[in-house]
Amino acid sequence: MPDALLSVHDLACARGERLLFKGMNFGLGKGELLLVQGGNGQGKTSLLRLLTGLARPEEGEVRWRGESIRRVGEAYHGEMCYLGHANGVKDDLNPVENLRFADGMHGRAFDQTRAVATLERLGLSRCLDLPCRVLSFGQRRRVALAALLLAGATLWILDEPLTGLDVHAVVLMEGLIRNHLTAGGMVVATTHQALNLDGVAVQRLLVGNVAIPALM
Amino acid sequence: MHRFLLAVLRRDLTLAARRRGDWLIAQFFFVMVASLFPLGVGPEPEMLARIGPGVLWVAATLASLLSLTRLFADDHHDGSLEHMVLSPEPTVLLVLGKSIAHWLIYGVPLLLIAPVLGIQFHLSWEAIMVLELSLLLGTPILSLLGSVGAALTLGLRGGGVLLTLLILPLYIPALIFGAGAVDGVMAGTGAEAHLSLLGAFMVLSLMIAPWIAAAALRVSLE
Repeated sequence: MPDALLSVHDLACARGERLLFKGMNFGLGKGELLLVQGGNGQGKTSLLRLLTGLARPEEGEVRWRGESIRRVGEAYHGEMCYLGHANGVKDDLNPVENLRFADGMHGRAFDQTRAVATLERLGLSRCLDLPCRVLSFGQRRRVALAALLLAGATLWILDEPLTGLDVHAVVLMEGLIRNHLTAGGMVVATTHQALNLDGVAVQRLLVGNVAIPALM
Repeated sequence: MHRFLLAVLRRDLTLAARRRGDWLIAQFFFVMVASLFPLGVGPEPEMLARIGPGVLWVAATLASLLSLTRLFADDHHDGSLEHMVLSPEPTVLLVLGKSIAHWLIYGVPLLLIAPVLGIQFHLSWEAIMVLELSLLLGTPILSLLGSVGAALTLGLRGGGVLLTLLILPLYIPALIFGAGAVDGVMAGTGAEAHLSLLGAFMVLSLMIAPWIAAAALRVSLE
């Protein structure tokens, strides 16, 4: 794995007393997608949280550009964007305000036209001035995806990004992932749904010991 | 660095402005608790002036506890806390920003209400001025130390009660010096010593509390 930006070395993860996995090794370079697969409760989300640095591994380490993410910490967070089960969208703010504060948190200057254009591209043009409280689950997910796009991060870590999205949004998401990868980005994602990603270098990682049927 | 701090502040103030109900509850609670005492112990002016500073200080600590349970909980619930912790800025700044926002939202209004309640307790003007000064120095302590408790109890069931048990003992020095300053000026011994100690305690909390709260937050999020 000489050109791997993100690499994992002898990673072990435990939840309480139970060991979820150990001795995990993989590397991910520019333009590559890692699909993390496994049944419910096998440790997919735990693995993603280890990769973000939110959780600490039982053993081993995660490295970014060859250095432990513990050491590079904040520099790594500047190049990584995480989308978890919760959207991180504030119900009391409208989508544009949500993006404004997301940009503020990451020290970026807010570009209103770009934010509005991104929201419109994600099919939210009619919801721009509504508080996110009144949006549907899928629409709030789209707001979170808009924040992901605006973050301009190299590495996307996506936990079930397709949850709650309709067929159009799934197709849109596939396009976004493909564009991101061709632009030299990297994606680590878990999903139970089939993704149509022709022409993309896909690595698969099976977490846990329950065999599941092939997705694609 | 300060841009991030300002972004956190602006965000929390905007959210508070959108939810004025939550904000008013803490202020009403402060007024209610302080107003119950004259009804309970009787209307003698000497007695009220004697217990006034202590009662107002205890009511202020309880009112701040009421809002502290939600300092991180709302953001944790909708996932935005994780996003903020994963920002390229240190978590310490995030905690500091949220503590300052909490003080501006819940601490500063207490400063505005306290003089009115002081009159209700027959405090002299001089005593009310010192009470204001002690609350000005003391309410930031409540927000700063409170952030440690809120971070430690994040995501726990019954976290609110635990937070109260954890944090109230830490508030004791602020309570003693705060109420003591007003007592001192009423007894004619002066308030300088108490206020200096209260100020020192505030600086100490400002230096230490955000670091502990940031570490606690990282543990709670795991």
